[in-house]
Amino acid sequence: MRTIIRRAVAAAVLAGTLAVTVGGAFAESTADEIAKYREALQDGNPAELWEARGEEMWKAPRGPSHVSFARCDLGLGPGVVKGAYAQLPRYFPDASRVMDLETRLVWCMVNQQGYSEADATKTKFGNGSAHRSDLEALAAYVTAQSRGVKMNVALDEPHVRDMYRLGEKMFYYRGGTHDFACATCHGDDGKRIRLQDLPNLTKVEGAQKAYTTWPAYRVSQGELRTFQWRLNDCFRQQRFPELAFGSDASIALTAYLAGRANGAAYDGPAIKR
Amino acid sequence: MADPMKIRANLVGDSTEVKVLMSHEMETGQRKDSDGKTIPAWFIQRVKVTHNDKVVLAAQWGPAVSKNPFVSFKFKGGAKGDKVTITWVDNHDDTRTDEATIA
Amino acid sequence: MNTNRRQALKATGAVSLLTLVAAAGWLEPGDAAAAEGWNKGAFETHSMDETMKALGGGAPVPSSDIAFFSTPDIAENGAVVPIGITSKVAQTESIAILIEKNPNMLAAVFDIPPGTDASLSTRIKMGQTSNVYALVKANGKYYVTSKEIKVTLGGCGG
Repeated sequence: MRTIIRRAVAAAVLAGTLAVTVGGAFAESTADEIAKYREALQDGNPAELWEARGEEMWKAPRGPSHVSFARCDLGLGPGVVKGAYAQLPRYFPDASRVMDLETRLVWCMVNQQGYSEADATKTKFGNGSAHRSDLEALAAYVTAQSRGVKMNVALDEPHVRDMYRLGEKMFYYRGGTHDFACATCHGDDGKRIRLQDLPNLTKVEGAQKAYTTWPAYRVSQGELRTFQWRLNDCFRQQRFPELAFGSDASIALTAYLAGRANGAAYDGPAIKR
Repeated sequence: MADPMKIRANLVGDSTEVKVLMSHEMETGQRKDSDGKTIPAWFIQRVKVTHNDKVVLAAQWGPAVSKNPFVSFKFKGGAKGDKVTITWVDNHDDTRTDEATIA
Repeated sequence: MNTNRRQALKATGAVSLLTLVAAAGWLEPGDAAAAEGWNKGAFETHSMDETMKALGGGAPVPSSDIAFFSTPDIAENGAVVPIGITSKVAQTESIAILIEKNPNMLAAVFDIPPGTDASLSTRIKMGQTSNVYALVKANGKYYVTSKEIKVTLGGCGG
């Protein structure tokens, strides 16, 4: 136990030192070059391949009940996709729950298309063409229909507000073997892990830029990744217990970060390293 | 049957600009799976783009072309409504042909 | 190619790549020498000399008429490195991309028929920081330019 703490402290010190010492002209030109890399990536986003698949899936009859998503209400009416992602997460009275996009899609798959919860979430995160995730394809399609729409999560709705507040608490909650909180990496300006600049999510512009660019085709994954995946992977990196897919914990954090992005135009699906 | 490509063909002055996104794993044959077994190479080897039966681009690829390949190029000519056809063949002899209309 | 045709081809027994590409109208007249349609040897080389030998050419001449565009100096992830190449060399017939430190140097060769701009962009994989070569064949001769692209890693490996 003591060794773990010592290592954790050493790692934290190292991370802190790294974040502080790398600066000046080198960092600036590196950041510029990386910005050029990111810009060059924008032309031709493989996310479009997921969008195309998702669109087909949305419109086709599926599951034991053989129905499409035409009656799936994402908050703006049955089957309405345009602008839907920009107002998620949202409270759904028929489910008595605040839901994000994926939990709502799963709800429709279970309650309308007849899937079991297990089948609907069988492949949450895709892994190559042999293990594709329907949810990722559907997410790519649905979020693309919110491109350009201003984020407008209803923070004044009591259930959503509660989730937002819980998410905020979670954001600053330190835990796990490394005593990390989200805020450890994302609570200050000028932090970086290796050559990856970390967005400061406690500032509105940082939160806006971060939230509006997920889902994204993640080059390093070779897959289209959603916000559920992003949070899951952060927890993994923090050495936290696994963030259960579609859990209230994941929705609370999503409500917090999506709410803080309110007012910014949604800009996904994006492409990232 | 392989996934469809996403092809955009647009008239830019007196040229047609073609941008294509292909769906393919482009497995190098260098990676190992979680059991330590080498994942076999699986990649597009040949690409052909035609416009009105004329080849406007041909390519030979190795596995170092990125997964879900993207290519952008221009050729002189083309008119709105013309078809641009793209075919790829991979090392499994699998193939895919898609076409787009010049906009 | 529609499924029926593909199935019909499969049904005839041994479908070689040759049959398939011939059926797809791949082989142009006089293409007999490049019968299989894919230069296997060229994609297994580890040096410029070896590659040139496999391509059937001599040492390429450095040329300032070849330029990279939309090609960053640093790639945040080596799996996808955008490479754009424009050749102003007269009568450019083909543009090839070589990555010095990759397991095999040749990444891609693009044949540029007359009427097509000698300018294109694509994305290739780089295993590590390396020199990238833009190799142009024009009028039977080879020309080259190069740049170094640094490959970095970001984040916590996710």
